[in-house]
Amino acid sequence: MTALLEIRNLQAEIAGRKILDGLDLTVNAGEVHAIMGPNGAGKSTLSYVLAGKPGYEVTGGEVLFKGEDLLAMPPDERAAKGVFLAFQYPLEIPGVATMTFLRAALNAQRRKRGEEELSSPDLVKRVRETAKNLGIDAEMLRRPLNVGFSGGEKKRNETMQMALLEPLLCVLDETDSGLDIDALKIVANGVNQLRSKERGMIVITHYQRLLDYIVPDIVHVLSAGRIVRTGGKELALELESTGYAQYQSEAA
Amino acid sequence: MAAVQETVDRVRSIDVEQYKYGFVTEIESDKAPKGLSEDTVRFISAKKSEPAWMLEWRLEAYRRWLTMTEPGWARVEYPKIDYQDLYYYSAPKPKKQVSSLDEIDPEILKTYEKLGIPLREVAMLEGVEPRPGEADTAKRKIAVDAVFDSVSVATTFKEELMKAGVIFMPISEAIREHPDLVKKYLGSVVPTSDNFFATLNSAVFSDGSFVYVPPGVRCPMELSTYFRINERNTGQFERTLIIADKGAYVSYLEGCTAPQRDENQLHAAVVELVALDDAEIKYSTVQNWYPGNSEGVGGIYNFVTKRGDCRGANSKISWTQVETGSAITWKYPSCILRGDNSRGEFYSIAISNGYQQVDSGTKMIHLGRNTTSRIISKGIAAGKSQNTYRGLVTAHRKATGARNFTACDSLLIGDQCGAHTVPYVEAKNSSALFEHEATTSKISEDVLFYCIQRGLSQEEAVGLVVNGFVKDVLQQLPMEFAVEAQKLISISLEGSVG
Repeated sequence: MTALLEIRNLQAEIAGRKILDGLDLTVNAGEVHAIMGPNGAGKSTLSYVLAGKPGYEVTGGEVLFKGEDLLAMPPDERAAKGVFLAFQYPLEIPGVATMTFLRAALNAQRRKRGEEELSSPDLVKRVRETAKNLGIDAEMLRRPLNVGFSGGEKKRNETMQMALLEPLLCVLDETDSGLDIDALKIVANGVNQLRSKERGMIVITHYQRLLDYIVPDIVHVLSAGRIVRTGGKELALELESTGYAQYQSEAA
Repeated sequence: MAAVQETVDRVRSIDVEQYKYGFVTEIESDKAPKGLSEDTVRFISAKKSEPAWMLEWRLEAYRRWLTMTEPGWARVEYPKIDYQDLYYYSAPKPKKQVSSLDEIDPEILKTYEKLGIPLREVAMLEGVEPRPGEADTAKRKIAVDAVFDSVSVATTFKEELMKAGVIFMPISEAIREHPDLVKKYLGSVVPTSDNFFATLNSAVFSDGSFVYVPPGVRCPMELSTYFRINERNTGQFERTLIIADKGAYVSYLEGCTAPQRDENQLHAAVVELVALDDAEIKYSTVQNWYPGNSEGVGGIYNFVTKRGDCRGANSKISWTQVETGSAITWKYPSCILRGDNSRGEFYSIAISNGYQQVDSGTKMIHLGRNTTSRIISKGIAAGKSQNTYRGLVTAHRKATGARNFTACDSLLIGDQCGAHTVPYVEAKNSSALFEHEATTSKISEDVLFYCIQRGLSQEEAVGLVVNGFVKDVLQQLPMEFAVEAQKLISISLEGSVG
């Protein structure tokens, strides 16, 4: 069986500085992987390299998405193929209503896949249903995207986009940052609704507490640009008590 | 490759020749000889079968123009214009007088079709007559006074407008048919001595629109004119005069496209608006003249004088413009707030790409008591373009209670363009209250990447972000124009970033 995502010996740098240094990771459909690690280990870089953010240069290794060369695809094509990145800091777009943005994104992806665009009534219906399932007020759909949203609202909006775009691979970059415990529960609940046997997830986090609510199948420790340890969900608990110090010294 | 470097490279590879409307229609034209002299002025006046007083008016302007020098204060650079090397009059040769669309040269109609201008659609709309009581359908009608090169070729909806008492016709006809109105108002807002380009226009203007809405009449439809430069080396000198009498209301739409050219073309229009007591004029423009090629060669030089006079108490004039074309734009639609409690508005979107240079803004001149004005300007600069907002807000000594709010926002795309804001604010009256806000920002690579990660292409992402940026102004456009303008904004920024 072809893995959903296969990363082999990935090397990447930003502005000439090496960040990822021989990273290996395999994610199968239906699995939720947590990637933990100290600040500066390369967690966010991994998410940006997968999504294809300009400025992140891959200098070695390969990434296969359903057996295809992911790194050869432009970022919008990766999105259309089913790679979704939930941003640590979702961006604000003044003057563009959330509904307008969702319409643009959904139809852009459908066009790229050779599917017909959704008609306005179908789209509005679908967005409203998705919002309702996530406990999102319809009023938010009229507001400019992320402008003046609270931290919790932004992350819920990311979850809504993820639910609407139905990606195969979800990369959640520090989804817990900036959330209080109530907001965290709501967002985690939304993410959990999206767990399915066709979908793989990479949950990137510094803290164990997110993993109380999004329980991973596999936990990896990332340090100095590579996976240094892999275990079950109990590894996260161990890290909570021991901290990352041992991995930092190992890397150094 | 660093994100910024990538953008820079893409900007360098801009293909401004994507200009969608660069084609030339093959029709015979009737030209004045090259160059400008009293004879040229006489030729134009004779062509228009003008009365003697009009010729005199033109000649006076011409003689004054000879004493004037071209202004140089705007932030635009261009090679010196040789005014003797231009044609000042060009008209498609009319085979006969036309009374309906069917009689118009099919070549010309084809040109309009290519431009997507709904002359046919207008005829179709006409066919779908609303049943009695269905006023809403009637409101959606647009009357088109089509200017092909310098002569108005077709005038539609005339009869229905006549029923309402509205006069809407080419100004050349109005000079013959309504001399009293023209004599009274022509040059009363923009005098023949006003500025170099307006004076030139006064001497050689070819045609344009004339609108008079009588007291208490709400014009039953949006009025619309489409201009198009079609003859090589022909300067375009439209002259438009709109008068809303007491308590009248009119909304006028103007849209421009022009074919691709190597030589620079001079365009110096004058638009005068007069609003009497309790009257309101809403003037909207979508300007898409040829901007020049990717090397910055060619393109229209657009030196326009647009001014509205809120002559009566409680009158209102509102300018909305979407400027996307021209190599050089020099344009300051202004309001003279003469009547007490009068109000002026200016909503502008100015987009520059390639080597375009835009110096545009407005003047709000508060003369009456309790006059108010509002300026919302959105400038977007991409490529190697320069985009300047230049605006004046002034309160006269007697203008007690004058109020102005100004917001100027500039958006930069790439790192080889420039945005400049030059506000002049003068209050000669201590009760005046003027507010000015200005922002300049760069289109954020992070925001673009966010959109692209959701599946949008780079161009779709830029289009979305820019349309969000200009939303406040787009909302001011009549529905018919808003959709067109939105498309135009995306088209004009194609290729502006990676």
